[in-house]
Amino acid sequence: MPVIIEIPTAFRRFTKGAPKVDCSAATVAEALNELTARFPDLSRHVRDDQGQIRQFLNVYLNEEDIRFLGGESCCLKEGDRVLLVPSIAGGSE
Amino acid sequence: MSLHYELRCRECGKTWGNAPRSFCEDCFSPLEVAYDYVSLKKIVRRENLAARYFNMWRYSELLPLPDDFVARSAVGGTPLVASRKLAAKWGLKNLYFKNDAVCFPSLSFKDRVVATALAAARRFNFTTVGCSSTGNLANAVAAQAAQQGFDACVFIPADLEPAKVLNTAVYGARIVRINGNYDHVNRLCAQIADRFQWGLVNVNLRPYYSEGSKTHGYEIAEQLGWALPDNVVVPMAGGSLITKIAKAFRELVMLGWVEAKPVKFFGAQATGCSPISDGVKRNLQRFEPQKPNTIARSLAIGNPADGPYAIKLIRESGGWAEDVSDPQIVDAIKLLAETEGIFTETAGGVTAGVTQKLVGQNRIKPEETTVVCITGNGLKTTDAIAAEFPATEAIAPRLDAFEAYLDAQLGTTAASARA
Repeated sequence: MPVIIEIPTAFRRFTKGAPKVDCSAATVAEALNELTARFPDLSRHVRDDQGQIRQFLNVYLNEEDIRFLGGESCCLKEGDRVLLVPSIAGGSE
Repeated sequence: MSLHYELRCRECGKTWGNAPRSFCEDCFSPLEVAYDYVSLKKIVRRENLAARYFNMWRYSELLPLPDDFVARSAVGGTPLVASRKLAAKWGLKNLYFKNDAVCFPSLSFKDRVVATALAAARRFNFTTVGCSSTGNLANAVAAQAAQQGFDACVFIPADLEPAKVLNTAVYGARIVRINGNYDHVNRLCAQIADRFQWGLVNVNLRPYYSEGSKTHGYEIAEQLGWALPDNVVVPMAGGSLITKIAKAFRELVMLGWVEAKPVKFFGAQATGCSPISDGVKRNLQRFEPQKPNTIARSLAIGNPADGPYAIKLIRESGGWAEDVSDPQIVDAIKLLAETEGIFTETAGGVTAGVTQKLVGQNRIKPEETTVVCITGNGLKTTDAIAAEFPATEAIAPRLDAFEAYLDAQLGTTAASARA
């Protein structure tokens, strides 16, 4: 399914400056895998050592956090947007 | 470098100097302000504080302020109220309420964080400041931006309490209402900070902003006679305040200003939005985000950014987290007002209600010193309790009318018999 992945500024040095990446995937997981296959340096920033999406990275399908959609196995349809947004936490707190 | 602090990645430890950024560009984990405590210990002494006014700026050396910083208003310095009636009712010997419901200038603890954030905004030459907010933060940004000459643009969920919207609008701030909950607003603000050169206090200025919360903790320790309490009960929305109070206590121990002792941290949430207390109670590795549904809208953050740190702190301290229902929140607001004369907003109802629950669970013990953090003012959420107090019928301005009224109220003829 052709979908668009929106890349935050901080990640763009791994995507050759591209703010958006087109890909074809049936699920969010596939979309992320396609993204990191294409830009391997991004991989460790998207998933942790256990292969889970990193704790301080939020992933949205259109307007919704994917955790409310069953996680990264949620299905994509043509024209969907996948957003990567670093979580803004306060530190040491 | 004359400054004694800089940003450091919480996870990988890389330092980033001082800049308007909130996450590490190497590993994308959160940044915190790290201090050179060895240098600080040489230049700052507890004894020097005595000559200073009792507000948050008395701890200036422990905050990330520019060298040329000049305090523009007396933020903080709120009362620590020794409880008598509630303490007796709950069987506690040493119960205190730290009352930021009367924090200056906008009546919530958010005044503290905005004060340090705007110092950073000035330093980084921002002319427009803003925030994503559940209400109190927008009030604080709008008030202090007006005073200090910043343009303010705040982002709020469309369904906020009218009083909180009005308390922002009156200062002349631009208010952008978003169709969605706080988590939608927060995500949008992360994208706005990515695109616009604005100082969003809880986004790109967040490391500086959150340090302001420490002053709530410093004041507690100083007001207890430079001692730490055994227990602290803290309301949790994004989960930042509780961790910053812990940082404040750690710093005071490091500086030798208080004796080290174990402090249990207790977190309070509304059941209708309780991802952090749920994470503590179920011992989750990662909290599960929730869709908020509670009258405690100032705590209605379903995806709390600092949730992982709050959960870790609570568990490691030997504390606990609890949550209370909306009716329990209303009851606790009334209880605090009737017993201590403190009128708090719904978040304070959550904290007081959870404290009562923790006492009932024997997690808070009678002889321990317990501080309950009240962070906002009841005048901002009157909608939540208005139904509890229907207007009474008016009477004629005559003594006999008053006597008849009293008889009706008391069910006696005592008043009219007095004639």
